[in-house]
Amino acid sequence: MKIRRIAGFAASVAVGALVLTACSSTPSDTESTSAAAEGTSTGIVTANSSEPQNPLVPGNINEVGGGKVVDLLFAGLVYYDAAGEPHNEVAESIETTDAQNYTITLKSGLTYSNDEPVIAKNFVDAWNYTALLSNAQLGSYFFEDIEGFSYDEDSALTGLAVVDDTSFTVKLKEPRADFPLRLGYSAFFPLPEVAFTDIAAFGENPIGNGPYMLAKEGAWQHNVGIDLIPNPAYEGDRTAKNGGVTFTFYASQEAAYNDLLADQLDVLDAVPDSAFGTFEDELGDRAVNQPAAVFQSFTIPQNLPGFSGEEGALRRAAISMAINRPEITDAIFQGTRTPANDFTSPVIAGWSDTIPGAEVLDYNETEAKALWAEADAIAPYTGTFTIGYNADGGHQAWVDAVTNSIKNTLGIASEGNPYPDFKSFRDDVTNRTITGAFRTGWQADYPGLFNFLGPIYATDASSNDGDYTNPEFDALLADGSTAATVDEANKLFQQAQEILFTDLPAIPLWYSNVTGGSAATVDNVEFGWNSVPLYYEVTKS
Amino acid sequence: MPELTRPHQSHFFADLDSTPLGLVDLVDESAAPASLWVEAWHSLRRRPLFWISATLIALVTLVALFPSLFTSLDPGFCELKYSLDPPTAGHPFGFDRQGCDIYSRTIYGARASVTVGVLTTLVVVLIGSVFGAFAGFYGGWFDSLLSRVTDIFFAIPLVLAAIVVMQMYDDVSVMTVTVVLGVFGWPQIARITRGAVMSVKNADFITAAKALGSSRLATLARHVMPNSAAPIIVTATVSLGIFIVAEATLSYLGIGLPTSIVSWGADISKAQASLRSQPSVLFYPAGALALTVLSFIMMGDVVRDALDPKARKR
Amino acid sequence: MAWYIGRRVLQMIPVFLGATLLIYAMVFLLPGDPVAALGGDRGLNPAVAEQIRAEFNLDKPFFVQYLLYLKGILTLDFGTTFSGRAVIDVMGEAFPVTIQLAVMALIFEGVLGIGFGLIAGLRKGGVFDATLLLVSLFVIAMPTFVIGFVMQYVVGVKLQWLPPTVGGDVSFQTLLMPAIVLGAVSFAYVLRLTRTSVAENLSADFVRTATAKGLTRSRVVNVHVLRNSLIPVITFLGADLGGLMAGAIVTEGIFNIPGVGNTLYKAIQQGQAPTVVSLVTVLVIVYIFANLFVDLLYAALDPRIRYA
Repeated sequence: MKIRRIAGFAASVAVGALVLTACSSTPSDTESTSAAAEGTSTGIVTANSSEPQNPLVPGNINEVGGGKVVDLLFAGLVYYDAAGEPHNEVAESIETTDAQNYTITLKSGLTYSNDEPVIAKNFVDAWNYTALLSNAQLGSYFFEDIEGFSYDEDSALTGLAVVDDTSFTVKLKEPRADFPLRLGYSAFFPLPEVAFTDIAAFGENPIGNGPYMLAKEGAWQHNVGIDLIPNPAYEGDRTAKNGGVTFTFYASQEAAYNDLLADQLDVLDAVPDSAFGTFEDELGDRAVNQPAAVFQSFTIPQNLPGFSGEEGALRRAAISMAINRPEITDAIFQGTRTPANDFTSPVIAGWSDTIPGAEVLDYNETEAKALWAEADAIAPYTGTFTIGYNADGGHQAWVDAVTNSIKNTLGIASEGNPYPDFKSFRDDVTNRTITGAFRTGWQADYPGLFNFLGPIYATDASSNDGDYTNPEFDALLADGSTAATVDEANKLFQQAQEILFTDLPAIPLWYSNVTGGSAATVDNVEFGWNSVPLYYEVTKS
Repeated sequence: MPELTRPHQSHFFADLDSTPLGLVDLVDESAAPASLWVEAWHSLRRRPLFWISATLIALVTLVALFPSLFTSLDPGFCELKYSLDPPTAGHPFGFDRQGCDIYSRTIYGARASVTVGVLTTLVVVLIGSVFGAFAGFYGGWFDSLLSRVTDIFFAIPLVLAAIVVMQMYDDVSVMTVTVVLGVFGWPQIARITRGAVMSVKNADFITAAKALGSSRLATLARHVMPNSAAPIIVTATVSLGIFIVAEATLSYLGIGLPTSIVSWGADISKAQASLRSQPSVLFYPAGALALTVLSFIMMGDVVRDALDPKARKR
Repeated sequence: MAWYIGRRVLQMIPVFLGATLLIYAMVFLLPGDPVAALGGDRGLNPAVAEQIRAEFNLDKPFFVQYLLYLKGILTLDFGTTFSGRAVIDVMGEAFPVTIQLAVMALIFEGVLGIGFGLIAGLRKGGVFDATLLLVSLFVIAMPTFVIGFVMQYVVGVKLQWLPPTVGGDVSFQTLLMPAIVLGAVSFAYVLRLTRTSVAENLSADFVRTATAKGLTRSRVVNVHVLRNSLIPVITFLGADLGGLMAGAIVTEGIFNIPGVGNTLYKAIQQGQAPTVVSLVTVLVIVYIFANLFVDLLYAALDPRIRYA
């Protein structure tokens, strides 16, 4: 997942977008067709971003600031359209018969911006580089399913084999039906030969095969911004329709929003919480507010006193029913969050709001009280129900509202437990020393249901911070991953969610919306499934 | 009745022992000379500004000590359905974003905020003025040592120290915040005091006091310090407000008091998110803070005037 | 005098060692594991985390880390950030911006604070004095993040008199509003200090003497009253220069200024010891020089103060 961390407001998860039901996106759809017919514009679009936390090597990028840039500088095997649908970009075809062995063929004649050809070896080398333990790349876990991957020692990805310049094969450790779906993520981008001569210098001035390239050597001005211009060598669906994109790095969303209002910024992808109530009036039909691939919850650790066994199941349901989600998304978030109906996100194919058991997410004061009393009959509850959060992420308001809701409904003591910053919060979560529930958020890496379930609730999964384990759930997840088709897989993933609704390892809260907007200077602003605007489509004269 | 003696005068009209008029000219020789502080008090109590600020301070103190006298509502009880509602009967200031009653939060917030402000100011003035006075008065290596220590303390970022100090305590409380702000505030007062003492210590009346045999320490305490008091008092009274607001800044940066402790600072910090839609949420805690600072600034002003013999003559 | 200045410069060595050790220890004491946080909500694979820790010496005991850092400084290597950038480059970008901002704020608070404070002190108890009291109350009671927010919205967005943010465009025009916001609180201090000192000195003997010997009022005020009133004000301003540079965290955040405050805040949040220690050490040096300058000014303002 990409981390979004901005002082002031901002979750470590982001705000994203996609479903095209919001009124603002409909007119821009028609406009984008007409603009495509008219051709391209020449203005340079300014957009907000944050200083990339690492050099611009795609496999080492795990936060939004760097992700926005590398997604434009590089082209992967596939790209995702606004709806999260994958389309071939560098790939000519991705073929498999068993969901375990893949043959990937590349389009021929593609080049990087330095005229080096894009060949199969570039992919294999780049993936091996990212996966190698001693290279300590943040995106290494993306290759854990490929044969030869190891978390414990340096080992080559033996499952990768170059056939010729335009094709290579991939062998996975076990079948993964959604593997092709993942290939649009930045960790899977190719690297040109020149990258490996001096990777540090490359990270400062990357050379890619994407729709944009750096305006010049040193176009990345640290802590200030980065200038991109269209890459003439790029051939594909994402061809730039403007004269370039200039990202300005902001330390706070407040500043970026005020720049947008003052016409100093063209495209904004994050509205500060102070403007939640007013931005749709201030921006009119240039405001964007639509669901995104971001799921918010709080996790109740399995071993939290009073929250295990039968007593725990009752209490978890009671807590969930004691939270008035619509009231909070209205009053605190002014409608920039959508109350959750499941454990994934409505922008992901296969999402459903009618999974049996989802009624536990509805506010029900009497039922909540009854369940809590039932649990108290087993063993009385003493203590304070706390929700831990990092105070540098703008979480205080909703945590206060949720704990107030629990307090007022169940009549128990409940309050937020703030940590000064993300790292100290993360430390207590990782070391299992946190003494209560804690906030959890997830932004999808790639548009698939599994990505919201596997890494978080599977036994011993990397982000299973509540130590949840249920063999039945694990089995359904495994069946889903190895299912022959994505549809079949999704059906099994939904059954797996039914189990989650009974066990409630985490209490679903809401889906973040992508909130953003654009100035009158630009047109055709559309947000991608991952909450990032499709910058290449924006036109500015 | 103390022993009274007569000044040397001639008396023509009546036997002095039989007339009370003589008492007018009598001097109590055994009593200590009227001290600076007594004289100051005599001058203070004639100033209306003193009584106004004293009343305000007394009121704020009363609210801080016994908030329940002023409201029967629980400041921690908040219902989201009243979010940002305007004032209604029983809720004269309306509601904040969480649906809490702003009036009761303003009343209950006084305790934490006033304690942070007053306590930190006291700590800072005590440490800072003692260090600064010695450094300025004695000079030399002692001054160098103290000044360089203050240089280091000045440079420690507040956020860094706040996070480090606060994690040493299991529960962040008013005391923790006071410690953090105290560690930060004293170097400033120390520098101001040092400067003031250095400019006073060479004055003629100090030389005179020394010539009269006053010891170094006594000179510093009786003559130098009272004459250096003005900038210390001014800085202290302004700082009092700054410290209360600093607590708000700590909350804004996410390292302030826990939510269970109601304070003006935390409420001001939270109100920031409502500024565009409902600025009045900010008005009440900030107004209460301004009133408190005003009362202390006015008090500082009149106390300074009272301590300055030249200003008193007017 | 030269000996005095030389001694003060020599004092920087122990101060440097003390400050770096203290700050390094504080960063070391910060809660949380900076490396684990690099992985975000997903967390980091322990083996990868181990690699990164070794790369930045974070796996070594405190004193070894500190000595390695000191050793690097001897060769002008101030360490690297987690993103692989040399700390000296980071400082080279941040300080010029912040110095401009701090100096502008200092001029704003100094000129207006002393000017208004002088008038208020001369007409103590008047309407102007009362108005200024209200202004300073407002500035004291409103946190910087509120003043900054309101000014940015009103002046930058609604009236569009000045650009709302700075970003890469560092100029007098863009820095003007942030400098005013940054200097606002100190303005209140300077104003109150000047006012009180002026009022006090007006009744001093030397002023009466000066008036009695027939000097014009403006000469009495400018030469005798103001000069003698400036010591506490200069002390404050001297100490404030460093404060304005380090304390600009909130202001730099609001106006998006890529300066020291912003960099420092991020580095503290991420637990990047070399960055924090290097930035703060430079600030300590700024304090030392500012205070030396102030001490020399004392002697110029008040001939009775002498240094040996």
